[in-house]
Amino acid sequence: MKARPATGRRIVNLLVNVAASLAASTGIIVLLWIIIMLAYKGIPALNLDFFLNLPTPPMIPGGGLANAILGTLLLTVLATVFAVPIGLLAGVCLGEFGQQSKLADLCRFAANVLSGMPSIIVGIFVYGLLVMTMGNFSGLAGAIALAIIMLPVVARTTEDMLRLVPDPLRESALAMGAPRWKVTVAIIFRAARAGIITGVLLGVARVSGETAPLLFTALNSPYMMSSLLQPMPNLTVTIFNYAMSPYEDWQRLAWGASLLITAGVLVLNILARFIFGERKS
Amino acid sequence: MMATQPQKKNESASLIKSAEIAEVIGKQQPHTEAKILARNLNFFYGAHQALFDNNLEIATNRVTAIIGPSGCGKSTHIRVYNRIFELYGEQRATGEVFLDGQNILTPETDLLELRRRVGMIFQKPTPFPMSIFENIAFGLKLHYRMSKSEIADRVEDALRKAAIWEEVKDVLHKPGTALSGGQQQRLCIARAIVVAPEVLLMDEPCSAIDPIATNKIEELIHELKSSYTIVIVTHNMQQAARVADYTAFFYEGKIIEFGTTKQIFTNPANRQTEEYITGRFG
Repeated sequence: MKARPATGRRIVNLLVNVAASLAASTGIIVLLWIIIMLAYKGIPALNLDFFLNLPTPPMIPGGGLANAILGTLLLTVLATVFAVPIGLLAGVCLGEFGQQSKLADLCRFAANVLSGMPSIIVGIFVYGLLVMTMGNFSGLAGAIALAIIMLPVVARTTEDMLRLVPDPLRESALAMGAPRWKVTVAIIFRAARAGIITGVLLGVARVSGETAPLLFTALNSPYMMSSLLQPMPNLTVTIFNYAMSPYEDWQRLAWGASLLITAGVLVLNILARFIFGERKS
Repeated sequence: MMATQPQKKNESASLIKSAEIAEVIGKQQPHTEAKILARNLNFFYGAHQALFDNNLEIATNRVTAIIGPSGCGKSTHIRVYNRIFELYGEQRATGEVFLDGQNILTPETDLLELRRRVGMIFQKPTPFPMSIFENIAFGLKLHYRMSKSEIADRVEDALRKAAIWEEVKDVLHKPGTALSGGQQQRLCIARAIVVAPEVLLMDEPCSAIDPIATNKIEELIHELKSSYTIVIVTHNMQQAARVADYTAFFYEGKIIEFGTTKQIFTNPANRQTEEYITGRFG
């Protein structure tokens, strides 16, 4: 029996290696492409007016997106306030108390389905639930739609992070005579803290860039918001409207808004990685 | 309000149980007062039975070692003494375990108080994710109401008793996880003794740490036994021989032999015990 010549094997090995590396680089290339494009087109739009002024009608200079920036921040913060407590508690139910219970199984399944749900469906759901019944689009409805999208992310990450806490730690806290809730709050949450914060940040990053659910709920507005029960200006729907408009200055604003939101999501992701990385060391 | 130091309740009840158990175990019965008595203890992981009619007596202020091959039920047995197994829904124990004459396997048992009285040290050190000081203070705050200065005194006292005070007194604010494995284990011992328990269960406390640290822990066990009743599960027979007054040999969920450590190691009555001790199996 003769061994296959080593050169043949080497060539195949090299080819597979190159193909795999190229495939892996595709993601990086696309991301860099988008970021470079956004920076190129967006940075010129980011002047003081952009951050301080309200939108102006087309052709009138000095327009900005102060209202949409504030609106997106407000929507995201509100959604976080709604989703995080519920998500954390649901995660505790999944990861600590009801690991094998029927309720937990059902809840886990629901969370998985919900996190795979197209966000536009969530938007339509909240439209029917709140916008139709209350009679108008509102920031509150937008925040609730975002919270529904964020909820399964927080619940599942919390569960996963709680499960990563080794059982002996749980046992040793219980063995000190601590009641179960105290073990969870004082020990387990603390041990899983970095992971849970990471999960929340990723959830925030996920919803802060959502557009579809806001189209049906918060809508958009060219004015500074005065109430949570009125349409709420926000960056993503503004991008949607302005990017498709024929006016150059509106398109410029859309580029600036795109850059801003991408940078925000990027920062959140990097922050999440950083915090999670600290936990490991 | 302060809890008093451990008192021996129901002394007479305990002695009666002692006499009963003496009949079961026969002449190997140790001649000291029993702190813990296990009677007809059976244990199940779901449908799988892991312990079979365990009868064992743990002498007050002595060290009792539990030895036997892997999977023989040593850890399972002591995990009944503080009912920590109940964390897992599918595990259950039947029979009786008396602590000072009170059956702890009844639903009326106050689990939090039981676990204050029966502390546990685990195989891997499990410092809580907080500072060294808070690690120790955690249990105190849980069970007692006391002033800050009193807590500080108790923490220092526990760290001294666990022979780790000198090493940590300047870094009390640092996280417990920053200590070495051996130090962490002594920290866990300090954490267990600060709430003034009566019994310390040690589940292979030295199997994850190096020989020098092991040596320190063994010395510590020697010192602690004047104040606490200690049950130690160990894989290491030399360790059992060094630290224990009494030794129980477990095999396949049954207690094969129990007696003074000297007798078990020099003159075992049972052939299986002898084979295990001499390294022919296990």
